[in-house]
Amino acid sequence: MADTESKALKVKEKAEVATPAEQTRPGLVFTPAADIFETDKEITLLADMPGVKAGDLNIDLHENVLTLDGFVKSPEAADEVDVIREYRTGKYYRQFTLSQVIDRGKIDAELKDGVLRLKLPKVEAARPRKIAVKSS
Amino acid sequence: MIWRRMTGFPAWDYWTSPFEQLERMRREMDRLSEGLGRGLFREPMAGVFPLMNVTEDKDNYYVRAELPGLKADDLDISVKADTLSISGEKKISAEDENAQYHRREREAGKFSRIVSLPTQVDTGKVEARCTDGVLTVVLPKAESAKPKQIAVKTF
Repeated sequence: MADTESKALKVKEKAEVATPAEQTRPGLVFTPAADIFETDKEITLLADMPGVKAGDLNIDLHENVLTLDGFVKSPEAADEVDVIREYRTGKYYRQFTLSQVIDRGKIDAELKDGVLRLKLPKVEAARPRKIAVKSS
Repeated sequence: MIWRRMTGFPAWDYWTSPFEQLERMRREMDRLSEGLGRGLFREPMAGVFPLMNVTEDKDNYYVRAELPGLKADDLDISVKADTLSISGEKKISAEDENAQYHRREREAGKFSRIVSLPTQVDTGKVEARCTDGVLTVVLPKAESAKPKQIAVKTF
């Protein structure tokens, strides 16, 4: 990742999505940017969800479909008037289909500084096993 | 409506209320242009990272930016008279070297942005905090820039 370290960050507009089901709460819905990587033991998902508090984030794994649903409260007070508005706030919603068999009991989620870190450990049977070949 | 016109009846609503027709057209146009505006023009953007929302109330300006994963230490914020400059670096920590990436959408890099505010601010009282990946800078307006209420005397 050394090559990306010095690069200047470019503006990326938040991607708005249309969720399959109509929302119960009105408002905008965005797709959080995510990194997903896999090791032998687990799959890790990192998602940028600025403004979401731990209590407002729902993570659900149902039949290999992982759903992230984060609600953002507007940080502005009622008497504040807009001067410039370049980004909008709303909830975050994204679904992933996981191909690996996940050990549901050991899923670990941490939300820190607006970044979700979700560890999805693979079940024992799904882990690759190296078989040592003996020479007799 | 066409059907009615074809049958020879001078259609009632057509002739009696041309204004209503116009009104309907105007509404249709409004709806169209609103849709266009939402799709094409959107918010004004400086095109510099991070995107910022600036709001004000009677006493303060509030500058907000979404910076997920950044801590207060990673940011360099300074104020001068009526300009606020924010710079820093968004880092993505290196993961396990055996990790296989499926997706890589989050970006790392340096950024720097200067915003000029409509009026001077009290540079000594500026406060900044970073919560849940959202930076909020509160800039109290300078005493000289605040509107003065003028009492109207009655004689």
